[in-house]
Amino acid sequence: MPKINLSRRTLLMATAAAVPLVSMPTYRARAAGLEGVELQRYQPVFFAADEWRFILAACDRLIPAEGKGPGALETNVPVFIDQQLHAGLGGDVYMDGPHKADAASTLGFQHNHTPQQMYRLGIKLAAQYSERIHRKPFDQLAPADKDALLSALEKNVVDFTELGEPSLKASQFFGQLLDDTKNGYLADPMYGGNKDMKAWVAIGFPGARAAYTEWVDVHDVKYPLGPVSLSGKRA
Amino acid sequence: MTNITNDEVDVVIVGLGWAGSIMAIELAKEGLKVRALERGPERPPEDFAYPKPADQYAYAIRNKVFVTPRDAALTVRYNTGETALPTRKWGAFVPGNGVGGSGLHWTGVLIRPTQTDIKLKTYADQAYKRGALDPDMRIKDFPFTWEEIEPHMDKFDKICGLSGTTGNLGGQIQPGGDPFEGPRSNPYPLPALHDTLNSSLFAATARKMGYHPFPNPSANVTQAWTNPYGAQLAPCNYCGFCSKYPCLNYSKASPQTTILDVVKRMPNFDYKTGANVIRVDLHADKKTAKGVTYIDEQQREVFQPAKIVILSSFQFANVRLMLLSGIGEPYNPITERGVIGRNYAFLSVGDATLFFKDKHFNPFATAGATGEMFNDISPGNFDGPGLGFIGGAKIHSSQASGAPIGTALPPGTPAWGKGWKEGMVDWYGRAMKVSISTSCMAYRGHYLDLDPNYKDPWGQPLLRMTFDWRQNELKLQRHLRGIVLDIAKELKPDAMSENFLGLDSHWDITKYVSTHNVGGAIMGTSPRDSALNRYTQSWDVHNVFVPGGNAFPQNFQANPTALIGAITLFAAEAIKQQYLKNPGPLVQA
Ligand SMILES: Cc1cc2nc3c(=O)[nH]c(=O)nc-3n(C[C@H](O)[C@H](O)[C@H](O)COP(=O)(O)OP(=O)(O)OC[C@H]3O[C@@H](n4cnc5c(N)ncnc54)[C@H](O)[C@@H]3O)c2cc1C
Ligand code: SF4
Repeated sequence: MPKINLSRRTLLMATAAAVPLVSMPTYRARAAGLEGVELQRYQPVFFAADEWRFILAACDRLIPAEGKGPGALETNVPVFIDQQLHAGLGGDVYMDGPHKADAASTLGFQHNHTPQQMYRLGIKLAAQYSERIHRKPFDQLAPADKDALLSALEKNVVDFTELGEPSLKASQFFGQLLDDTKNGYLADPMYGGNKDMKAWVAIGFPGARAAYTEWVDVHDVKYPLGPVSLSGKRA
Repeated sequence: MTNITNDEVDVVIVGLGWAGSIMAIELAKEGLKVRALERGPERPPEDFAYPKPADQYAYAIRNKVFVTPRDAALTVRYNTGETALPTRKWGAFVPGNGVGGSGLHWTGVLIRPTQTDIKLKTYADQAYKRGALDPDMRIKDFPFTWEEIEPHMDKFDKICGLSGTTGNLGGQIQPGGDPFEGPRSNPYPLPALHDTLNSSLFAATARKMGYHPFPNPSANVTQAWTNPYGAQLAPCNYCGFCSKYPCLNYSKASPQTTILDVVKRMPNFDYKTGANVIRVDLHADKKTAKGVTYIDEQQREVFQPAKIVILSSFQFANVRLMLLSGIGEPYNPITERGVIGRNYAFLSVGDATLFFKDKHFNPFATAGATGEMFNDISPGNFDGPGLGFIGGAKIHSSQASGAPIGTALPPGTPAWGKGWKEGMVDWYGRAMKVSISTSCMAYRGHYLDLDPNYKDPWGQPLLRMTFDWRQNELKLQRHLRGIVLDIAKELKPDAMSENFLGLDSHWDITKYVSTHNVGGAIMGTSPRDSALNRYTQSWDVHNVFVPGGNAFPQNFQANPTALIGAITLFAAEAIKQQYLKNPGPLVQA
């Protein structure tokens, strides 16, 4: 396992110094400035300090540093999530009631929580669960315990009703977090994640090149060029 | 709320997607004063210059150019005994918004229905024993013949610069095309898209197994094209950001690239954006419309008087406007009286994903319509009667886009953690799909009406969809699965996952299927069981025309837009040649 990643992670977890960042609208505008951000120096605009520690720790397990390819922290995924939540992620959802908590899952999202509320609540309840089971905050657990807790959220083993939340399920919070984490990992770097297009380099996606007139006829040969981003950078 | 009245026009068009744009140019060329009202924003070409659309997160994940559910949700339930729930987020389908409508960001598979699809009831009566099919099935023929509609499909092919391989030219079967297609009066205007690795592997295997694959007919044009209106398209560069994205290259036929640039220069045409039509205003006798009312961008209520009203706001939005306006009698599934809302149908898809350790598919190097398909399993071409169901599918291997969010990984790959990450590194670009896109019949209990509980931001009831899969459609899926898995096995993948409906599946609104919703205000031969005549003219209110997928009595396996374009051109011709001279019902009931 590459030591570099581990020590880098330790560094990131100690997140301290604050560089205030102008908040960026969601996909509507170029989020100039987000691409070059250093995660350790990034000051969250949506998450409070303890929430931010949870997000850093959770992203680090959802897409860890170990193994092939960069991890979520190396690619600034938490910056992406923070910026998206701040910029009104979920503003397109139809939120009028009545809300049916026990709707068939095939009928989709039916609870009455915006993504912002889901994160706040989900993090709070996951923290309570962690304290109850381990007597420690989530971000201080051993990696295997973090994974087990995330898995317990995913599978609704963490019972949110028991923790006082009647309509949101742990799996719904987890699903939102996982989707946003993957989006941040694989979206264009202008949204704050996929730092230096490292995720695209790792999987072999050429980004916004968007012209393959000759290449379409070249079959079964690995495309040779690395990615470009919407801002025109190359990795 | 201020009340404003605009100057009167000859024709008001509600919604500026494909149907609205076709009507706009055809009627404006006739010299009529035409005004279009579009709820969404302007979508000018500079918004789509490279590299802006090359952004999967904005367009494909956050639905940047679609209407939001907040503004345009529907409610869904499986049967009349349930309370319907809103589509709070889009899933199974995603309707468009803004100038160009869904036509701005469609995939561009421009394929016609077959002759059997046009006369499905006639086929069913001949091929199936009485009582062999679900007694609740309500399939019908389209109220025109192949010979009547073909010239309009031909014209729409030319408007779009259809690229592909001709299968049947005037009754002569052509090599490399679809031998099951109906006779064409002209060959495809342009040659087919090039095959990517997945399409060529699929086509070779299918051919070896006795099927008749042909390149997906495409409105992503393969060569420079000037259409009958004088609009010019540039050759597609396989940019990889096509389905759900506007074209960055002026290569995909859209209302913008094929019609609007031309009609916008005509002095007798104008349009307003941010104009959300909330109803058609009828005269007291309910036999004619006075015009429409919309809410403008300043939230003012505006009345637009017009002699002719065209509802071209997409299939279910059209049905909703008819219901909100009191045009025609709402359908009642118990008594089967009423015509507005009946025969709603959707469609299903399914696929096998095949993973190959050593192959490079370069899935990003693709056009929206890239692929090969065959029509051997469509009604009349195989033993549907012997298998106990009616319907069929196009079976295809397509590659509409290859951007990485949502990449399918081999079975057993974890959803997160090191396993997921390494799965992405190992398998991105190493998979292909073999897919089905099926027909879907209409049933007595599948319909649209107004929801009693949920409202839109303007206080109007949402449209309610009552729909679920029926055994006929599920049995069809099981049969098709067998065929797809046989093809997949021939291709000898290292791993494979499959995604087909089981016999007990319910409609899952969370997973994208396609935006090929049809029915609800169908065309037919009698006002007793159809809302519109063959010219999409309302039987009840003769100066209201409703072109769109709403007019289909059931769904076929082909994508809908070729026929939507054709019925709109057919209707425009009837308005020009008959209605203007003699306003009134164009078909005597
Ligand atoms: C992602 C995607 C891929 C697709 N791929 C294919 C394909 O490959 N092949 C194919 O055949 N079909 C495809 N389709 C379907 C195709 O786009 C539609 O069949 C076609 O666009 C329908 O045309 P229309 O004019 O009826 O509606 P639209 O093109 O949707 O236009 C309707 C317009 O009306 C406006 N409107 C709605 N309500 C109001 C109101 N109250 N007041 C004012 N304006 C209103 C909307 O904003 C919209 O602009 C696809 C659709 C999508 C979404
Ligand atoms: S694939 Fe071709 S038609 Fe589609 S958006 Fe790209 S250039 Fe346009």
